[in-house]
Amino acid sequence: MTLLEPDDPATSSGYADHPERMGFFTDTSVCIGCKACEVACKEWNHVPEDLLGFTGMSFDNTAGLGANTWRHVAFVEQPRRLGRQESGLVAADLPAGTVEAARDRTPASLGLPSHDGATGSASDMEFRWLMASDVCKHCTHAACLDVCPTGSLFRTEFGTVVVQEDICNGCGYCVPACPYGVIAKREDDGRVWKCTLCYDRLTVGQEPACAKSCPTDSIQFGELGELRERAARRVEQLHEAGVESARLYGHDPGDGVGGTGAFFLLLDEPEVYGLPPDPVVTTRDLPAMWRHVAVAATALLTVAAAVTWGSRT
Amino acid sequence: MNPLDRLRSWPVLRQLADTDPLGRGAAVKSSGSRALQPRTATADRVVKSICPYCAVGCAQNVYVKDEKVVQVEGDPDSPVSRGRLCPKGAASLQLTTGSGRLHKVLYRPPYGRDWQELDLDRALDMVADRIIATRRDTWEWESAGRRTARTLGIAALGGATLDNEENYLIKKLLTALGVVQIENQARVCHSSTVVALGTSFGRGGATTFMQDLQHSDCIVIEGSNFAEAHPVGFQWVMEAKARGAVVIHVDPRFTRTSALADLHVPIRAGTDVAFIGGIINHVLSNDLYFREFVVNYTNATTLINEDYRDTEDLDGLFSGFDPGTGHYDFDTWQYEGMRAVPVSGERDVDHERRTRGGASIRRSGHGETHGSGGPSLEGTPHTDPTMRDPRCVLQILKRHYARYTPEMVERTCGIPQDLFAQVCRHLVENSGPERTAEFVYAVGWTQHTDGSQFIRAACVLQLLLGNMGRPGGGIQALRGHANIQGSSDIPTLFNLLPGYIPMPHAHQHENIDDFLRADAAHKGFWADMPAYLVSLLKAWWGPAARPDNEFCFGHLPRLTGGHSTYDTVMEQLKGVCKGYLLFGENPAVGSANAKMQRLGMANLDWLVVRDFSLIESATWWQDGPEIETGELKTEDIGTEVFFFPAAAHTEKTGSFTNTNRMVQWHYQAVEPEGEARSDLWFLYHLGRVIRRKLSGSQDPMDAPILDLTWDYPTEGSLGEPVAEAVLAEVNGWDATGRPLSAYTELKDDGSTACGCWIYCGIYAGGVNQAARRKPAEEQNWIAGEWAWSWPANRRLLYNRASADPEGRPWSARKALVWWDAAEGRWTGYDVPDFPPDKAPGYRPAEDATGSDALSGTDPFIMQADGKGWLYAPAGLVDGPLPTHYEPQDSPVANPLHGRQRSPARLVYAHEHNRYHPSGSEPGADVYPYVVTTYRLTEHFTAGGMSRNTPYLAELQPEMFCEVSPELAAERGLIHGGWATIITARNAIEARVLVTHRIAPLRGDGKVVHHIGLPFHWGPNGHVRGDAANELSSIILDPNSHIQEVKAMSADIRPGRRPRGPALVDLVRAYQRRAGITDHTGTEK
Repeated sequence: MTLLEPDDPATSSGYADHPERMGFFTDTSVCIGCKACEVACKEWNHVPEDLLGFTGMSFDNTAGLGANTWRHVAFVEQPRRLGRQESGLVAADLPAGTVEAARDRTPASLGLPSHDGATGSASDMEFRWLMASDVCKHCTHAACLDVCPTGSLFRTEFGTVVVQEDICNGCGYCVPACPYGVIAKREDDGRVWKCTLCYDRLTVGQEPACAKSCPTDSIQFGELGELRERAARRVEQLHEAGVESARLYGHDPGDGVGGTGAFFLLLDEPEVYGLPPDPVVTTRDLPAMWRHVAVAATALLTVAAAVTWGSRT
Repeated sequence: MNPLDRLRSWPVLRQLADTDPLGRGAAVKSSGSRALQPRTATADRVVKSICPYCAVGCAQNVYVKDEKVVQVEGDPDSPVSRGRLCPKGAASLQLTTGSGRLHKVLYRPPYGRDWQELDLDRALDMVADRIIATRRDTWEWESAGRRTARTLGIAALGGATLDNEENYLIKKLLTALGVVQIENQARVCHSSTVVALGTSFGRGGATTFMQDLQHSDCIVIEGSNFAEAHPVGFQWVMEAKARGAVVIHVDPRFTRTSALADLHVPIRAGTDVAFIGGIINHVLSNDLYFREFVVNYTNATTLINEDYRDTEDLDGLFSGFDPGTGHYDFDTWQYEGMRAVPVSGERDVDHERRTRGGASIRRSGHGETHGSGGPSLEGTPHTDPTMRDPRCVLQILKRHYARYTPEMVERTCGIPQDLFAQVCRHLVENSGPERTAEFVYAVGWTQHTDGSQFIRAACVLQLLLGNMGRPGGGIQALRGHANIQGSSDIPTLFNLLPGYIPMPHAHQHENIDDFLRADAAHKGFWADMPAYLVSLLKAWWGPAARPDNEFCFGHLPRLTGGHSTYDTVMEQLKGVCKGYLLFGENPAVGSANAKMQRLGMANLDWLVVRDFSLIESATWWQDGPEIETGELKTEDIGTEVFFFPAAAHTEKTGSFTNTNRMVQWHYQAVEPEGEARSDLWFLYHLGRVIRRKLSGSQDPMDAPILDLTWDYPTEGSLGEPVAEAVLAEVNGWDATGRPLSAYTELKDDGSTACGCWIYCGIYAGGVNQAARRKPAEEQNWIAGEWAWSWPANRRLLYNRASADPEGRPWSARKALVWWDAAEGRWTGYDVPDFPPDKAPGYRPAEDATGSDALSGTDPFIMQADGKGWLYAPAGLVDGPLPTHYEPQDSPVANPLHGRQRSPARLVYAHEHNRYHPSGSEPGADVYPYVVTTYRLTEHFTAGGMSRNTPYLAELQPEMFCEVSPELAAERGLIHGGWATIITARNAIEARVLVTHRIAPLRGDGKVVHHIGLPFHWGPNGHVRGDAANELSSIILDPNSHIQEVKAMSADIRPGRRPRGPALVDLVRAYQRRAGITDHTGTEK
């Protein structure tokens, strides 16, 4: 028996007759960074306010996923080009010498502070502003679930991973177990909290609050298999449109967590968005570790027995 | 549970016995998880509503359990929003049920240090007494020998966040009380839209609707941060993009809209006329315009008066300018053979011109009366179909824009020539019979001293490209309050009566016939104005309005110039205006020169604030910025303040008109708690109490209020007026009480009553058409059976132009309505915006009047000549064509001509409203940078509905300024630190956000730095900060009285601002350094 489950986690979690595995496909290429997902999530799940103040991290003032932020929109300002997009700040397409000529023009007296070409030139750049709504990945191989000693964290019939707040005792084992740093403890009540993929809504066939509110359908909810197909088509489409940096993240059942129930279309390396590049279920090595422990224990016992027996004889 | 079951439910047993041996799924499902039920499934009822924030008009489902609202989310049936909501809409539950709301009436006595609680009925009674007393004390029968029959002692502000029915009662009650200073957010947001679109096309609303964006081949978003300010509407831009459309964003900042655009074009704030003018020049000089469209559907062929002189001839002035008054005489701008005639309220223009040089009319925001019907003309214009005559409009346009070259665009706007060329190429390639391009704008265009002309420039370009009246084309005005369109249509605006009928001006001898000039022959729709006005008077004064008393026309108070919200502030400072009613508007933060707003309020006798919470406009006497600086002392302020908690949208029934003229009904989900009441309740009962107190009065000044029809039925335990009864009055009825179904049924003999003629038909057949909610999926893409749009449920205006002169669609791809010769009717997907049986071949007889005077090829049926106006011979007071002027306070000298600032702008010289030296004037370098203000997705306008909503507040918790790394280096600003921004009005502090998204622009070889300032913060609420409007000045567009806050000069320095009197000293020190006097920037 292994801790690692196949791509159908609901079956291996005891749901003989279960619905299709449900998940999120978050297409960050159409995200407008409005944060409706953050608010809709908080409204539906009564997640407490988490006033951090001004962070200076572009337009992100919630900083990251946590006990009180189950959807989080990252904002990444980059001096890079987005496919065929023209940021208007780009010098590359100008006829040769245009920028230099503009820089070298003798300024007329307009009462403005003097400016040398060096400072002005900094704006002649390629530029893009990436936005991405992050969420619990609902891993196929969920370490949080593996380490939970109380059965608070459990796999639902939809294949999602949910904390049962009536069971959680706040031991916190799950917190370091998560390879994404998603799950966290709420200081004032001691329990851990994270996205439930709106388990309650799913039970009556309603989509999660964040996906329902999303103005541009950046967050898509549905059967995971169908979402994966849709995502593959979308990547292809973006590549054709010149957005060669488009790639999927978490869609692959062969990755370190067996693929995630919430996966993403990204426009850059995962690290850029604060995501681990090659996540591995932290309990992956547990069976091997236990085997080693068993071997070591057996050896130890053998030695001890031998010593004991030997000393008697 | 019996013991055996209990044993079986033991997880360990389940784990061992069931199929989940590791205990990570079914076996460990807790009783709590098994019992889970979403509250959307257990609600007692679902109530249909509309989001109360911006004007996209997203439909909401409100879930109610045990008479409490437990959830608010999007309604998937809506054709506009498709069930989606932005963060603000998604926060509606917290907005309406959260801790941010007050439910108790509060009272601050004169000179009081703190609030007291007051009983609701007693408070209402006291307000009624104050209104009666102030009205009596300040009543004015005459001004300068002319009958005015009014009071300037009372003013009202707000209405764009309220329902149409509430706006209707504000206007009706206060007008009957003789109050003329009635204003709302539409003044400060989109009044210039009404002027520009109304004058150009005949109606002052957006020409298209949200879903039609998906059909556009090229979308130019300029003067708007669409994705941030209207996120749910932006889904239709994404749809267009997915279909291959090119999306262009023109903005000083790289915003969340730019991030999704194909092309971002950084532009120096306030130079959009130069930019659009450059495109116009490109189109004209390369013969790229849609010739057949232009010849037939615009006034390009019309000849202009030979005395007309252009800004190109007079170095920035049009002919007819009087430097003494700063006003234009329009005579030389006229069509040859046809002139703007003063009919139907327009009469005032002529009267004033002959008697007093028209000064007061020119200050009266008359252009806004073209919200539904362009200026009226008389005669037959002379035309040259070859468009070769040098005096024809096309040739005048060519000359006017000839100097708007790519080089000039680069110098003026800071846009590199190759980038500009790309925009031109995309626009031209995506216009014509097979393709259409659409312009989208918002307050980035409206809020300038020549804001009306910014929008006019787009009108000219879209007409030249043939993009009007066609799918995927048009001009989309994005408005920012749930009912800001409705509060313009059913106006709480000083210059308008419902349906854009002008408010009458004071004259020595005036009667209704003079006002209407009913005897004159008119072309176009104005011919029917008498029916609209008489029906309105019948709706207001019922049986008292009779033919022998001119239908109580004399009951209407008269204007004597501008009475806009900014004029009201001046009247407050002068002590003329003594009482002020605020309905969901927060001028202490949201209006230009916030300090002047507060000083004005500090000079009042009494102030009524109706809102959700204690906004800054309610508390300035206690903790306002002037208390901190010592300029005001609480114990010296005599203003009596009443705070009335307002009901939320979920707690009342009524209608909002969205940004595309679509009226949507929302229902009450629950009764308001405590002493919170709807504005409908407040106004109805206030009127009832005032009328009771005045009953029996023989004083003629009380006749209008006592004659008023004011007998609305009420319902529920709180005595809430029935909103649908108000809607029925707005719709109108005939002599038998039968609801009317179209404004064509209105009569001028007093046999019909109608509260707003353009809304006639909304209650056709006694059925509330605004409440229709046929799901989008069960209709075509127009979704004409979802709610109701004015006019006559048309969704895409001027759609006759989607067909060629013979009535055939320009192309199959862009078909919308067409002439069905077999049936002898216009038909198509939308309701034709044309007389349904007028054949394309119809030509009017010489003596034809009214709409019969327009031909079968005249698609702009509300225009006197049936044409789209490239050139405006009337309707605008600052010129027939858009011309580039610099903003009032600008660090840049006008590169185009010798006129730095718009010569006709309205200047308000005052010690607290100093202007900056500009361009090459000495001292301009003291304020070397350009501030532009804006909205963020996470907040709403002046913050009253977001700063107190924690889920929104935490997303943007502090006031900040955006600056480029270059500016940060130049001024020593540190990312995450503090900066102080200074103008001649005030100084504020903000956290510093250094970003490449606000790039320095190079024009004329110089670098211009922008400072970006969101305007949502103020000293109160869950999150606090300085208000951007502390920095802005009162300087107005002469057409619309809108303020310039999208471009102004300022200085920035590191660190927090001084506290106390030192703040005033800092501002004065800057003024001295810049050599500012009371004449600075006031030249004509």
